[in-house]
Amino acid sequence: MNALVTFLDGLPILSVITFLPIVGALIILSIRGEEAVVAQQSRQVALLVTVTTFLLSLSIWFGFDATTAAFQFEEKVDWLPQYKIAYHMGVDGISMPFVILSTFLTPICILASWHAIEKMVREYMIAFLILETMMVGMFCALDLIIFYAFFEGVLIPMFLIIGIWGGGRRVYSAFKFFLYTLTGSVLLLVSMLAMYIQEGTTDIPTLMNATFAPQMQMWLWLGMFASFAVKVPMWPVHTWLPDAHVDAPTAGSVILAGVLLKMGGYGFLRLSMPMLPDASVYFTPMVYGLSLVAIIYTSLVALVQDDMKKLIAYSSVAHMGYVTLGIFTATKQGVEGAMFQMLSHGIVSAALFLCVGVVYDRLHTREISRYGGLANNMPKYALAFMVFMLASVGLPGTAGFVGEFLVLLGAFQVNTWVSLLAATGVILGAAYMLYLYRRVVYGELTKDDVKAMLDLDAREVVILAPLVIIVMWMGVYPMPFLDVMSVSIDNLLTKYHAATAAKAAAAPVAETLLAWLK
Amino acid sequence: MTSLPDLVPAYPELFLAAAGMLFLMIGVFRKTDSTGLLTWLSVLAMIVAAGLIWTAPQEQVKTFSGMFITNGFTAFAKILTLAGAAISLLLINSWVHKEQIARFELPIIVLFATLGMLMMISANDFIALYVGLELQSLALYVLAAYHRNNLRSTEAGVKYFVLGALASGLLLYGASLIYGFGGTTSFDGLATAMAAAPEGSVGVVIGIVFVIAGMAFKVSAVPFHMWTPDVYEGAPTPITAFFSVAPKVAALSLFLSVLAGPFAPLIGQWQQVVIFISVISMAWGAVAAIGQNNIKRLMAYSSIGHVGYALIGLAVGTTEGAGGMLFYMLVYIFMNLGTFAVILAMRVKGRAVEDIKDLAGIGKTNPGIALALATLMFSMAGIPPLAGFLAKYFIFLAAINSGLVGVAVFGLLASVIGAFYYMRLIKIMYFDASVDALDKPDGITGLVMFACSVIVLVLFFVAGPFVNGADAAAKALFLS
Repeated sequence: MNALVTFLDGLPILSVITFLPIVGALIILSIRGEEAVVAQQSRQVALLVTVTTFLLSLSIWFGFDATTAAFQFEEKVDWLPQYKIAYHMGVDGISMPFVILSTFLTPICILASWHAIEKMVREYMIAFLILETMMVGMFCALDLIIFYAFFEGVLIPMFLIIGIWGGGRRVYSAFKFFLYTLTGSVLLLVSMLAMYIQEGTTDIPTLMNATFAPQMQMWLWLGMFASFAVKVPMWPVHTWLPDAHVDAPTAGSVILAGVLLKMGGYGFLRLSMPMLPDASVYFTPMVYGLSLVAIIYTSLVALVQDDMKKLIAYSSVAHMGYVTLGIFTATKQGVEGAMFQMLSHGIVSAALFLCVGVVYDRLHTREISRYGGLANNMPKYALAFMVFMLASVGLPGTAGFVGEFLVLLGAFQVNTWVSLLAATGVILGAAYMLYLYRRVVYGELTKDDVKAMLDLDAREVVILAPLVIIVMWMGVYPMPFLDVMSVSIDNLLTKYHAATAAKAAAAPVAETLLAWLK
Repeated sequence: MTSLPDLVPAYPELFLAAAGMLFLMIGVFRKTDSTGLLTWLSVLAMIVAAGLIWTAPQEQVKTFSGMFITNGFTAFAKILTLAGAAISLLLINSWVHKEQIARFELPIIVLFATLGMLMMISANDFIALYVGLELQSLALYVLAAYHRNNLRSTEAGVKYFVLGALASGLLLYGASLIYGFGGTTSFDGLATAMAAAPEGSVGVVIGIVFVIAGMAFKVSAVPFHMWTPDVYEGAPTPITAFFSVAPKVAALSLFLSVLAGPFAPLIGQWQQVVIFISVISMAWGAVAAIGQNNIKRLMAYSSIGHVGYALIGLAVGTTEGAGGMLFYMLVYIFMNLGTFAVILAMRVKGRAVEDIKDLAGIGKTNPGIALALATLMFSMAGIPPLAGFLAKYFIFLAAINSGLVGVAVFGLLASVIGAFYYMRLIKIMYFDASVDALDKPDGITGLVMFACSVIVLVLFFVAGPFVNGADAAAKALFLS
């Protein structure tokens, strides 16, 4: 046991969990044989690799020192020394939970695709493994260019996953997803280049201590905002999300809702706020406005959806509205709430898409009116779905409550009206989720094909059971999650307020000087 | 009696010229068809020439009364040109044998075209420049019309010739104006004259504009790009591959060494012109490609777009920009050759096809080809972790660093539009139902395709030395 611990300590653990999936992809590429054999072995290798990656990633959870805001498990290798770009990896309390979230959801996605994906299985598994590398790498990256490479690299596998294995208007949705995200990202790249040119480095920890002129901050902030707002997604650039979700295969939707949306929120916390505090303060009212519209308007839109996936997709936009709202309250409760909301939404929305996938695999439709009365013949399913539905509503005792409550608490300290309006989203959320649940699970079991549907099988129980447990755990005892991020968030906010306060203090000085000159 | 000029710096060119003439003799006197033999010999000659350039000292040397210059910059550009030419020659060889139109003159014409390009790169005088340019252009006209029983090929040759002659005329006219107002055709003499009067006389400025127009034609930048789609489509495919790499590198290097050389002090005069052609090339390359269904025409617009990006590096007018441009060309060569290898592999039941619809569903039927093309397309679109991203990165870094933020933002947005049609190819390969499987590619084509797609992936991770090399080459240019 000790030998194992020493061995793990010696490893560059972040690189290992980032690139292990790629190794798995190469192994899958080398499988030879008949198509059915290749497919089955690809599934097994992918599952094995992703589970191993998850287990390895637990070592950063357990080895994480929650008492410091410094970056941990750091690795640094020069990559393009003449441009001062280094392969720099490291995690703090803000990024570490997302690494675990990514490594946790990927094996679940592989399991969820076990029977659902039948064509080009080998390619599918390779795409998912590459996707995992990109996601984990993005959360670990501490260099802007490395960050950007992983951030953009996500597009390649996701584009293929939606386009090849999706349904409906998969081509349209894949392109919409790709072009929306790419447009935002290139503007992020401009901001990054400008920051590099001023500071001469792309190292994220160094840039966090840099100060940019307020006028410049505005432009840099907008460049980043273009990218992160599309990723989150914020109203009005959210329209790619419902399309992408509806047409993606189940596992694609899971990873999209579970992890990819978090990249936007993470970007705000990692880059926008610490590096550009003045601009963040300046644009805060705009973010509040857009978040409130997202919460209220998309909740109303969700209420009238006929398609299950579309409904959950709109609910995602609304829930992510709480995230952006919480982040920009710049209060401890607000930011912690936003972080927690991202994690809980990562689990809950992933689980909801899996629930949709379960019935979709049986009936091959997502139309809500085609179902009804599932509680009678699928009791286990009804139970799991209910837990996730209530978590999405934000019922106390589930994961969803903690995040929303903290965000509202944070918002209340800053602006009561914002808090009041955001709270209406809770009510609307309950409305559309309960309405969905009633139409699908309750009611008379009349339709013959629905009657013939079987309850969850062992594989599906294995997929959903850990999610149920985590949702309850996060709701009842959220401290382990909040503890790891607490110090890092404190540090972020202390610096943030110091930077903005210094600016506020500087302004009167300048006025006095001017007055004195006159 | 005058003494013989110093021939040492020109050894690679002299070697190629001698080799070309020797090969001609071999071709004429050998009874059997010697296309294959001469192709390999020509490739060997190019490798030897590249070796001579590589081992030559990197300091700046001038010879032939200052008409011919070698330094780190010319060495870099020449090796790129030779690499592009040699790989295309291999593609040409396997293609002519398949189409049964092999002739031994073909590799020799390619060799002479390449020689012309090397002369252009080393030109340090308008006369030398023109001689090199015409040597390559005349060879290229012949190559375009090589498939002489094919209507489209001959049409391409004639079109290329007529428009190319016009462009040469423009360039020559510009050079004569510059000579008239600057008093010399030598770049060194002009550099002194321009430095003395940095605002430039009207005659010189008009001359520069004509020279830019002529060179913009050669690199196929908008608005002098009209010949490109037709010639690309009409010329035999592997010759199009050759057109899209070697002459592009040579002409862009020439563009750089003329504008950043003698006319560097007049940057205020030519910068806006270059920015203009760069911006509209990027925009038109991106937009016009969307409607194309012939993959060779599509690649023509793609190369127009890429030239637009590379020209940003020139418009910046700094070492950084020039280095970015050279690195861009390095990546571009491999992306393009790889893509053309895929186009050459587009054969259904022995017949070559060119419609992008013929790629439908090959993700399933020919996974290897599809994967290679997908990698190349993502790289062309500039998505990390592929070399195409780094190429764009350094170009835009240089642009923003010298204050051309607007150009950078515009270029990046154009790259998003461009991404659409690159993605469209991927969509056709992977998302659409398959029609016919492609034939298995022959060894060389398959190898080039595979090697190029691996290179664009690996180059991203080991870019350091190559970026250094490009930067060093750019520094050598600006020292001269």
